[in-house]
This record gives sequence, C-alpha cells and structure tokens, in this order.
Amino acid sequence: MRRAIGVDFPLVGLALLLSIMGVAAVYSAGQTDVSTGLANLWRTQSLYLALGLGAAWMVSRISVRALDHFTPPIYIGTLLALVLLLFVGRGAGTGQHSKSWIYISGVSIGQPSELAKIAAVIMLAKVLAGRSGAPQSLAELARPALVIGVPWVLIMLQPDLGTGLVFIGIFFAMLFWAGTDWTLLVLAASPVVSLVLAFNTGIWGAWFILLVALVFYARPHILESVATVAANLVTGVAAPIIWASLSPYQQRRLLVFLDPSSDPLKGGYHVMQSQIAIGSGGWFGKGFTSGTQKRLGYLPEQQTDFIFPVIGEELGFVGVAVVLALFAWLMLRCIRVAGRSTSPFASLVAFGLVSMIFVHVLINVGMTIGVMPITGIPLPFFSYGGSFMLTCWLTVGLLVRLSIEGRGRADSLVI
Amino acid sequence: MRFHPNDVQRRSRGAAAALFLTVVFLMGSFFRAQVLQHRRYAIAAEENRLREVPLAAARGLILDRRGAVIAENIPGYTVSVLAHREDSLLAVLGRVAKIIPMASGQIELVSRRFRRGSSRPTVILSSASFDLVSRLEEYRLQFPGLIIQETPKRYYPDGAAVAALVGYTGEISDDELGAEAFSGYKPGQQVGKGGIEKQYETRLRGREGVRFVQVDARGRVVRNADAETTLLPEPAAALITNIDLDLQRYVAGIFGDSLTGAVVALDPSTGDVLALHSAPTFDPNRFVGGIPVAYWRQLNDDPRKPLLSKALQGRYPPGSTWKLATSVTALELGLVTMDERMAVPCTGAFQYGNRPFKCHLARGHGTLNLQQAIEQSCDVYFYQLGLRIGLQRLIAGGVKLGGGSRSGIDLPNDNRPSFPTEPFADYFNRKYGARGWSGNSPSLNLAIGQGENSQTVVNLARFYTALANGGDAMTPHVVQAEPERTRLFELDSATLDGVRAALAGVVSRGTAAASQIQGVVLAGKTGTAQSGRFVNGTELDHAWFAGFAPAVAPKIVVAVMIEYGGHGTRAARIASKIIEHYLKAAPTQFLKTEGE
Repeated sequence: MRRAIGVDFPLVGLALLLSIMGVAAVYSAGQTDVSTGLANLWRTQSLYLALGLGAAWMVSRISVRALDHFTPPIYIGTLLALVLLLFVGRGAGTGQHSKSWIYISGVSIGQPSELAKIAAVIMLAKVLAGRSGAPQSLAELARPALVIGVPWVLIMLQPDLGTGLVFIGIFFAMLFWAGTDWTLLVLAASPVVSLVLAFNTGIWGAWFILLVALVFYARPHILESVATVAANLVTGVAAPIIWASLSPYQQRRLLVFLDPSSDPLKGGYHVMQSQIAIGSGGWFGKGFTSGTQKRLGYLPEQQTDFIFPVIGEELGFVGVAVVLALFAWLMLRCIRVAGRSTSPFASLVAFGLVSMIFVHVLINVGMTIGVMPITGIPLPFFSYGGSFMLTCWLTVGLLVRLSIEGRGRADSLVI
Repeated sequence: MRFHPNDVQRRSRGAAAALFLTVVFLMGSFFRAQVLQHRRYAIAAEENRLREVPLAAARGLILDRRGAVIAENIPGYTVSVLAHREDSLLAVLGRVAKIIPMASGQIELVSRRFRRGSSRPTVILSSASFDLVSRLEEYRLQFPGLIIQETPKRYYPDGAAVAALVGYTGEISDDELGAEAFSGYKPGQQVGKGGIEKQYETRLRGREGVRFVQVDARGRVVRNADAETTLLPEPAAALITNIDLDLQRYVAGIFGDSLTGAVVALDPSTGDVLALHSAPTFDPNRFVGGIPVAYWRQLNDDPRKPLLSKALQGRYPPGSTWKLATSVTALELGLVTMDERMAVPCTGAFQYGNRPFKCHLARGHGTLNLQQAIEQSCDVYFYQLGLRIGLQRLIAGGVKLGGGSRSGIDLPNDNRPSFPTEPFADYFNRKYGARGWSGNSPSLNLAIGQGENSQTVVNLARFYTALANGGDAMTPHVVQAEPERTRLFELDSATLDGVRAALAGVVSRGTAAASQIQGVVLAGKTGTAQSGRFVNGTELDHAWFAGFAPAVAPKIVVAVMIEYGGHGTRAARIASKIIEHYLKAAPTQFLKTEGE
C-alpha cells in the first residue's frame, strides 16, 4: 500500500472559490436601498472564513486513526451539548422559535447542531465499520438508526426541521455506501412515504401495491414484512383520519411546530418573491449588487437562507449554472475521496460528509425556486453564519486528511 | 467490514449519477424560471418595485364670451397612501387620524377606494389645506407610503352665481367607472358632475400624467424612479362659452336667496345662452374635493330643492305665455286674423257645457280682437279660439312648436316638457280612461296654457326665439357652436307685425305695463299659471314672463319663472330689469374665434 502524499488541491481550491463567491454574495446582500443592518456582514463573514481555514488546517493534521479513536467522546459530548441546548438555547434569525443557539452572558457562541452533523457522521461510520457486513434486515438497522436517531430527536425538539432532514439524508446515504440493499432502505423509509402520500388515496393506493410487491420481491423476515406493511397502513390510513378529526387551528399548530416557517401566507409570499428575484435575473442577471428585489428588501433572509436568489437575480442563469457546477465538481471530488479511502471507516466518513453537503445544497437551492419545502437550511460556503462556515471548513479539512491517507495519487481517476 | 473495490466503484458511479441528475433537475428548474418564464418574472419584479403616482392634469378654464373666468384652478393638496395591503393602509390611517381628526365614515370611504384600485395611491384627502399638509410633513417618518402632492383644485370665482350653469367636479363614482363613457378613467380621478363640467368633460379633463416611484417590500417610497419615465400631465385648453358673466351675475343678484325660480336669456339670432340661473342656488366650490356631509344634508333637506335645476329640469304649466302658441297655430291655419273678434264677449267667464270657465278678470274684458286679447290675456277669447282650432289641431300645433320636445341645450338634465303626444286620443285614454274626458273640453284649458302642458323654462325661451325671429327657433348653445335654426311656423309679415305689436302692447299698455324700459320697445307675455297647490284655500300661481327686446331686430330673449310667485307681472319686472341691464351695458367685444 502506497501512501499518497499531498493535499487534494482541487478540493481545497473549489471550496475556497465557493467561499470567496459566498463572501461576495454576502457583501451584495448588504447593499440595499432600505436599511437592513446587513451592510457590514461581509467583513464578519471574511473573518469566519479565515477561522474556518485555520480550523480546516488543524483538522487535516489529525490522522484517521486518531479520529476513529476520539469518535465516541466527540459524539457523547455533542449529545450532551444538544441536551443542554434544550434548556438554555435561544432562537435567532429565521429560526426565532427554535432553541438552536448557545449564548454565554448574552453573546451568541454558535449552533451546536451544525457541528453535531459531523459528530453523527463519524459515529455512524464507526458503528457501521465495526460490523462484519452491511445491515441486511430491519433489526440490524436498529443500532445505526439509534446513532442518528438520538441527535435527530434532540434537534427536532428545538425544533429544527431542516437540520433534522439533513440527518435523515446522511443516514440513508451512508447505509447505501455501506452496501445495504436498496429494497431494505425503501422498506425502512416506507412508513414516512405513506404518511406523505396519505393525502391522496389513489396515489397512496398505488404506492401501497408497489410496497407489497417489493416485500414479496425482497422477502425480508416474515415479522419485518408484517411490521412494514402494518406501519404503512397505520401511517397511510389512520393518519389522515386522525388529521381530519383535528380542527384547522390544531392542524396549523402541529404544522408550525414541525416547521416554524410553514405559515402558509408568509412562506408562500417568500417563495414567490424569491422566484420573482430569480426569474427576473434572466440569462445574465441585473449585475452584481444591482438586484432590485434584493435592494428593496423583498427577499427574506437574503444573507442566509435566501442568499441563492441574490446570485440568481444579479448573475442570472449563467451565474446559477456556474455555482451549481462548482458544487457538483466539489462533490464529485469528495465521492472520489470516499472511493479511494483505505478503510471502511474513512470511506464512510467521506461519503457521509459529501452527503451532508449534498442535502444542504439540494434543499436550500430547491427551496428558493419552489421545488423543495421551506425549511430554513443554509447553503454551504455561501450563507452567512460562523458555526456553519466552521462546519463546512471542518468538513473540507477532514476530507483533505482522508484524501491524504487514501489510495493512489490524489488526482488519479477512480470514477 | 470490508469494502470490495468493485462495490466501491459501483456505488461511486451510482452516487455520481444521483448527483448529476439532481444538478440537472435544479438547473432545469432555474432555466425554466430564468430563461423560459423570464418575461413574466421581470414584469412581476417591476410591478413590485414601481408604483405609479398619477399627476392630475389641470382642467380647462371655463371662460365667458368676453374671456372672463367662470371656472379656474387654484393650488390644492392631495394626501394619499401607497399600500399593498388593506391592513397596512388602515394602520397608516390610524396614525394619520391622530393628527387629523377623521370620521369613521371617512376611513370606510378610503378603504372602499383602496379596494377599487390598489395599484395606485389611495386618496385620503383630496383637498387638504396647506396647514394640514405642513403638519403631516412634520411627522413624515411615521408615515411610510404617504404621498403629498400639489394638485390643481377647481375654483369658481362667482360660486353660487354660476352653479346652475357650470355644475361642479367630484371624485368619479363606482357607477361612472362602470360606464362606457368613462372608459379609461381610473378610481380617484376628478370628473365633471353637472352642468358645463359634465357636458364638456372630455374637452375639460386634459391628460393625466404619471410619475413612478420605487417602493420597498413594506410599500415605503424609496425614491423617484428615473425621470424619463415620468409623463407630465397635459392641461386642457380653455373652453369659451357664450355666457355673459356680467349678465349672469346680475341675474343671480336679482334672484338672491329668497326667490325660487329660473331665468334663461338667449341671443335670438344665434341661440347663444347669455345667462342661465336657477334659484335657490348652491356653492359649487364646497362640492370640490368632497362635499361636507352637513352641507349635503342641508341641500337635500331644503324643500326648495337647490340641487334641482329650475331652468332645465323643473316643469311648470306655462299659463298665458302659451297663448302665443295657440295664436300662432290658429293664425297659421288661417282660422283667425289679428283683428277678428269672438262670438261671445268676455263677461268674466265662459259657459261651456254645464260648467263656467273663468277669465282672470272677474269683471270681464268685453269684446276684443286677437291683438287686444293677447295684450289683456283674455281667457274667454282663447277658450273660444281653442274650440275653433279643435283638440287635434291644437295638440298637433303645440307639438310642431316644440311643446313636447327637449330644448336641445348643451347641458345635462335637459328635461322633456310634458305635453300630449299624438295620437292624442290614445294619450287621453291612457291618462284618464275612455270616459274620463270628452270631446273638445281639454281644448279650453290647453288654449290658455293649462291642463296637459308643463314646460321647462329653457324650452319656453326657445319658443320665444321663434317669435322674435319670425318663425325660426334657435337651439340654445352654452358653448360656441354653429347656430341651429328650426322653422316652427310660417306667417306673412303683416301677421308677424301684428303678433309683435300685440307682444309690445302687453308691456306698453297690457298686463305688464309696469315693466317698460326707457327707450326700448320690450315685447313679451306674462303668465300666471295655476300650480295645483293651495295654501289657505287659495291656489298658488307660478309667475311667468317670456319676451324679447327690442321688439324689432331683437337682441335678447328672456324667460323668467318664479315658482309660486303669484302674478306674471312680478316675473315681467325681473325680465325687464335683466333686459335693460343687458341692452344698456357697454358694447362688448366678443371672444369669437375667426371664421366661426
């Protein structure tokens, strides 16, 4: 086994390029005709980027063995922080209702749930790597589910639906990478799918027939088959009945609890304004800093969750395509790191991290154009915020280390 | 756990494919919005950003025939609010109400205006005082979206004296907005609501300008948009009327506040309306920019109905002024000559069937010819003349002389006089039933201008232009226009001279003998028309006078009517003063355009 020497420069370069574009976007978000208090955020963001770079450099010095060794204490520590947060956490920004911030004597320190994503990734990697093979039954999924489930529950209690979605995405992506059969993943996810489809009897019926066919095709353990079908029946048939028996007021309370931004009037208005900003950008946009929707304050949270419409409005479809292409390139690089890793643990960590970036990009960008629900989740390297910038660059640092310890030359082709 | 390189390779490809599909899906979504639907979103962004603020055009001046100002514009202020939602409008109103007291009805009115057209600023106060505006300016920062504009405001220097003529302006109503005549108008605009203002709306309105302002997400005005997008308003050209403002003022002055009635003065050679007044009147200046509720109630509760034009809308039995129509009908048919006497002399009453028909002079006029009968207004003579003409020809004659048609004046609310239509038998059957009337009996009343005949003052004035011109009636025109003449009757010149002499005799020695003018021969006819309204058992009469002067080559026709005014001599005195004032005023230079 030959150890490749050197840093994955394309990976770092792409992340740096995206971050610099991000700082520029934050700068533009502050250039408004109405007072928003955002004018100087780009300076703070630059500082966060510098801190992130330093953190990434330090993390890249930690060997994969050491990381493996320290995973349980990191994970436990994170869980304790999340529990603590339920008592002392406060809201900020979009998530005014969610207790996701830690304050020390009135100064906001950060959002532990951002770092919890990384902790969950390495812990799940360790648990899966410690097994003799990939989980092949629902019972075998129980432990990995617990690793993700505990922080997930703690985060949903804040509540923070967006981050919760990222955990679910990471969970399924890493199981896929570990080699779990796709039919098992579908069966595991099926009750939730039933819940979502339950509002249209026809579509749910079709899904249910497909599910039963899948059960016969995959032939899981008889008890698990029964349990899966029963769970689907409960969520698909009982849930709508219970839902219908609730008063509209209670329904809204429940929705707002699950997702604070689900206020239909407000949320709908925001998506509409976001789409207008993006659509009015056209091919080449209105020019850097000259987006009218942004300047006049029509975009909600234009420095964090809705920073992508700023790019869409000012740089047009060309700008959007360039940013999405850079993200795609970066993620391909990361998948390669996962493919070149020498140990299952390293490989799983790399893939977990890339799936985290992937879910963030998909949900955030999709939300701005109206193809994903509004869940208040930031765009990596772009959205303003210290904890998130740090998380993104810690991810880059870890990936750089994994790449260094990987098989073959960093730029050799695997895919 | 061990990863076989082949598995890793396969999963890497799967992951890369999922990544690729996701990016293609996202890019497709953006391509659709940014390229395919770009126009739609670009318009939406502009609509978000820009609000149009209308710039009201100055209405055209209304001038009299000498160029004196009847209606002009003075600087005024409009206060309006740009709001994108009704609740934010109400929030601003609530704060404004702390500075300017506002009635709850007013807030409701503003809400209604907002619902009619929310893309334009909603007018809160259409004529705010300078004081009020400067107080609002002090609190400027508290009022996002508040727009204070200087707007021309209509002003009538002579106020109540010209009200019946010019009407007034006001905010366009819901009904008007729905009407085809007002297509292109927008909520909140000022339009003519009566008189010349309404009739000549299209010539007076000018073209509204527009200015664009940029607003932020909360509807606050950020700044004016680019200057080149501003469209300046175009004021309308002045409207020159035929009115003699001096005479109009004089007429209004005579009537004052106590008399109820109307005056129409025409130039018989052209049909020019020299003056038109209805009393009691109202102050049109108080109507501009919203009528104060108390004033509106006062006008509506007034039993003398100031808002109803006595000159155009009011219909009154013409009484003896109509005897000229009876005379002309009989003369044209050759049924009578000016010297002819009737079989039965006047003894104060005329027996027809089993009922006596009274003359206004109880002791009787004795035996008279037609000329004397006109001068003395002898009813008994005209009863017999009416019977001689017969009901059918009497009605046909009245219709031919315009007794059943509108005057054609260029003002709104030109009412149709009430007169039997042909075939007359159907008309009477419909009105009284087949047995409710018989034979010729309606002729007696019709011959003396009573019964089934109610005329508007303006229409009677039109008939007298025909008497003044020897047969040609002139359509009354307030605004300069090609004279429109209608031949009403044909009489030989000797007969015409006789008719004219009889009308002159009315004033020189007949019923209006007290109304002579030094040095001018005034021709006319009094009327004392039964109104059908009794007070303490006595019937109240409408006092009429219609006439022209000078008797030869007349320069002015005047019709005066005083509601419940008693004897026609009262109207004659007013008419003679008006005519005297007009004829003795310094010769005037008319503001007529060349070639017209």
